[in-house]
Amino acid sequence: MAIDNTYQAIATQTLGSATTSLNFNSISGAYTDLVLIVTGSPTAATQGQFLQFNSDTSTNYSTTYIYGDGTSAASTRTSSQTGIQIGNLTSGVQHNTIVQIMNYSNTTTYKTALSRYNNTANSTGAQVGLWRSTAAITSITVYLNSSTFIAGSTFSLYGIKAA
Amino acid sequence: MTTSWTAIASVTVGVLGTSSIDFTSIPGTYTDLCLKTSLRTNGVGAVTYAFMGMTANGTTSGYSDIHLIGNGSGAGSFSNTGAASYRQSIITNNSIGTANTFSNVDVYIPNYAGSANKSISVDAVNENNGTGAYAILSGNLLSNTSAITSLSIFQLDAQTILQYSTATLFGIKNT
Repeated sequence: MAIDNTYQAIATQTLGSATTSLNFNSISGAYTDLVLIVTGSPTAATQGQFLQFNSDTSTNYSTTYIYGDGTSAASTRTSSQTGIQIGNLTSGVQHNTIVQIMNYSNTTTYKTALSRYNNTANSTGAQVGLWRSTAAITSITVYLNSSTFIAGSTFSLYGIKAA
Repeated sequence: MTTSWTAIASVTVGVLGTSSIDFTSIPGTYTDLCLKTSLRTNGVGAVTYAFMGMTANGTTSGYSDIHLIGNGSGAGSFSNTGAASYRQSIITNNSIGTANTFSNVDVYIPNYAGSANKSISVDAVNENNGTGAYAILSGNLLSNTSAITSLSIFQLDAQTILQYSTATLFGIKNT
């Protein structure tokens, strides 16, 4: 029973080999919000996982975090970074990350993203990220700070229509 | 364009209550699953909340979890390893607490039919207009590569899930 057509699959990619970064390009402006689902793990150590929009590598991003590491809860933030951090991943541990990108195609406001990451070997938490640009988001890059995603990692992008 | 979300099954608990809510014969035709619950249970002791467990495929070993929890006066974190279920992520309102209050829980299970270990995300609250209400963000892992074909949720103290509790399972396609 299909419930409606407001939540639509845009694209999905499953890595055939270890890869440094993953891109979704030519994202249509036909939706209101985007949802990105990532599963997998890095090939080495514990890594920060990041987003960039429209191939912007300048320091236009900031992130505020709340997280728990199994012992205590904490919150921190970073400003003027080259990407929005959406999680911490640990080698050998399957994780998942869910990112919601609101009002991504407007050309008036800066863009925000809300993410939830789940890594039972390190921490779980939520982040809100800001990209200080009024440009419509037409591409997304997902990357790790110093490692590669393992083969078999999956990246799925969905579009949500308000009407 | 593909419609991505499809309701697979929904349960509303009847007047007699139930010890568990079970989804069986889950087809492998989707990419991800999402389980949304509204729950109230009988509890043990004078507490206004209870934790639930959830097993996949009847598996009772190999689960680990990590939690971020807040109760209105502070925040903390705890974890479990070697557990018998995806545990202490799904929370409920207990019958000793405010009448007519039910928890709200969103469980996201990506790649449930794939060959990797099963990592899931749970966001849960049991607001009750008083103390003993929690918001919990959880990451859970089942170290088992079998496709998930069934899910069972139950109260960890083996108490009853009460009338009007609901659980709905959705399938999500990425193509």
